[in-house]
Amino acid sequence: MNVSATQPVPVDGVKPRAGTRFTGDPLFKALVVATGIGVLLVLGAIIAVMSIGGIPAFKAFGLRFLITAVWNPVTQHFGAAAPVFGTLASSALGLIIAVPLAFGTAFWLTALAPPMLASVIGMAVQLLAAVPSIIFGMWGFFVLVPPMAHYVQPMARHLFGHVPGLSALVSGAPFGTGLLTAGLVLAIMIMPSITAVMRDVFTSMPTVLRESAYGLGATRWEVMRQVVLPWSRQGVVGGIVLGMGRAMGETMAVTFVIGDSNHIGWSLFAPANTIASLIALEFPESPAGSLKLASLMALGAILMAISFVTLWCSRVLLARGEAQAGKRS
Amino acid sequence: MSPQSLTRPVSGKSRSRAVQRRVMDHLATGMSWCATFIVVFVLGSILWTLIKNGLPGLSLTLFTHSMGAPGAGGGLANAIVGSLLQTGLAILLGAPAGLLTGIYLAEYGADSALARTVRFVSDMLLSAPSILIGLFIYMVLVAPLGHFSGYAGSVALAILAMPIMVRTTEDMLRLVPVAMREAGIALGAPKWRVTLFICVRAARGGIMTGVLLAIARVAGETAPLLFTSLGNSEWSLDMQRPMASLPVAIYQYAGSAYQDWMQQAWTGALLVTMGVLIINIVVRVGIRGGRT
Repeated sequence: MNVSATQPVPVDGVKPRAGTRFTGDPLFKALVVATGIGVLLVLGAIIAVMSIGGIPAFKAFGLRFLITAVWNPVTQHFGAAAPVFGTLASSALGLIIAVPLAFGTAFWLTALAPPMLASVIGMAVQLLAAVPSIIFGMWGFFVLVPPMAHYVQPMARHLFGHVPGLSALVSGAPFGTGLLTAGLVLAIMIMPSITAVMRDVFTSMPTVLRESAYGLGATRWEVMRQVVLPWSRQGVVGGIVLGMGRAMGETMAVTFVIGDSNHIGWSLFAPANTIASLIALEFPESPAGSLKLASLMALGAILMAISFVTLWCSRVLLARGEAQAGKRS
Repeated sequence: MSPQSLTRPVSGKSRSRAVQRRVMDHLATGMSWCATFIVVFVLGSILWTLIKNGLPGLSLTLFTHSMGAPGAGGGLANAIVGSLLQTGLAILLGAPAGLLTGIYLAEYGADSALARTVRFVSDMLLSAPSILIGLFIYMVLVAPLGHFSGYAGSVALAILAMPIMVRTTEDMLRLVPVAMREAGIALGAPKWRVTLFICVRAARGGIMTGVLLAIARVAGETAPLLFTSLGNSEWSLDMQRPMASLPVAIYQYAGSAYQDWMQQAWTGALLVTMGVLIINIVVRVGIRGGRT
C-alpha cells in the first residue's frame, strides 16, 4: 500500500511496454471515429444544403409556398401543394396495394410454403427489390399504362361513374398515366422490402408460441391473426412505414407513369406530379440561381423533411420491435 | 364421421363455428397464395418484357459504337463504359468510408451514443431518396465548379453505396467469434492489427458481399446522375466532363419517339437488369452456400 502510494507501479500489468512503444492504436481509432463522424456530416450537409438552397423560394412566396398549387414558370409563380399532394396520394395508394400483397406473401413464406419453394420464392421477391427503378418505370409505362387506359379506367367509369361520391374518383380522360398507375408501380417496388421485414419479424417469434397455439387447435390463419401479428405488431408497422418512406422518395419509376401535371383533384386516374418526379422533370430547365431552381430546392427540402421523419419513425419502431423480440425470446 | 363427433354430441352451433373457422382459414391461405402468385407473376412479367423487347437489339454494334443520332446506327458503348467508370470510382470512394465506419460500429463504437447516432444516420442514408443526393451533389460539386462531371456522378453514387457497406461490414464483423479476437490480443497484437488482420480477414467474404450489393445498387441508379454527370452522347473517358451512363441513356431513349432509340433503351435495360440480378443471385446463393 505504502509503496504504491509513493512509487507508481504500472497499473496495466498486461502491457509492460505500453508507453515505450507506439502501437498505432490511437491513430487507427481516430481514423475510424473520424469516418463515423464523416457519415454524420454527410447527412448534416445534405440537410443544410437543401434548406439553404430553398430559402429564396420561401423568401419570395413566404409560407404560402406550402399551400399554393400553382407551378407556372412563365409568371415565375411556384407552389408546393400539388407535388406534395401527389407524393402523399401516390404513396398512400401504393401502400394500400402493397401491404396486403406483402402480408400475404410473408404469411405464405413463413407458414404455408413448402421449404424448397419458400427459399426460391423468397429469393425471387428479393430479386424484385434489386431491379433498378428505371426498369419499373419502363415496364409501368409500356406494360401497365395501355391496359389502364383501355380497360381499367373505362370499366371503372362504367361501374362507378354514376355513383355519387365515387364518380369523382374515376373522372377524367383515360390517359393511362396518373395517380393510380403510379401507386401500382410504387406498390410493386416497395412490396419486397415490406415483405422482407414482415418475414423477419414473423420468423423471429419463438417457435414455442406458434406451436402452443397449433397445439390448442388453432388454424393457420388464427395463429397468424391472434398470435403472430399481435406479437410482431411493432416490427410490421415499422416495415410498412419504411416502405412508405421509400415510396415517397422514388423518382424514376414514378416519373414515367405519373403523367406530369401540377393539379390537385380527387380522380385516381388524373395525371399528377410527385416532388421527386417534378424535380427530375423540371430541373434541366432551371438555370442556376433562378427562382425556379430555388423552388425545386425548397421542394427537395420538404421531401427530405417528410421522408426523414418517416424513416426515423420506422427505425424507431423496428428497433423497438427488435428489443422486444430479444427480451421475450 | 370424425372421432370427435362419435364421443360426444356436437351442437349445431359449435359445428357451424368449426365450419366458419375452416372457411376463414381457407380464405386467408387462399388469398396468401394469390398474393404470392401476383408477386411472382409481376417479376416474371418484368423479366419477360425485358427479354422480349431487349434481346432483338443485342448486337456487336451496341458495344462498339457510341450513342448516335436516330437512324445513324449508334450503340451504347460510351454509356456502358461511363457506367463502369462511375460505378467503379463510386465504390473506390465509398468502400473505404463504408468499411471504416462499419469497423468503427462493430469494434470501437459498440453501444456508445455516438455509435448509435452513426448507425441510425447510416440507416437513414440507406433509404434516403436518391434524387436528393443528386441535388445535394449538384449544389456542392456542380454549381460551384460550373460544369457537370463524371466525378460528381461518382461522388453521388458513393454516398448511396456507402451505407450498404457500413451495414454489411458491421453485421459480418459481429459474427466473428470473440475467441479469435482474444487469441490475437493474447499474442500481443495491437487492436488495430487484430481488427484488420484477424476480424476483417475472417469476415472478408461477407464484407465482399456488401461491396457487391453496393455495386448492384448503384449500377442501376438514374436519379442521382441526372444532375451530376448529366449524360453525354459522345465517347469520353474524361471524368471532368459530363459523362454518359447506361441508366441515363435508357431514360433519354425511352422517352423518345424513334424506333431504334427505343430498341436500344430496351436492350440497355436488359443489360442493366441482367447485370444487377446476376450479382444479386451470385451473392445470395454464395451466402447460402457459405452458411451450410
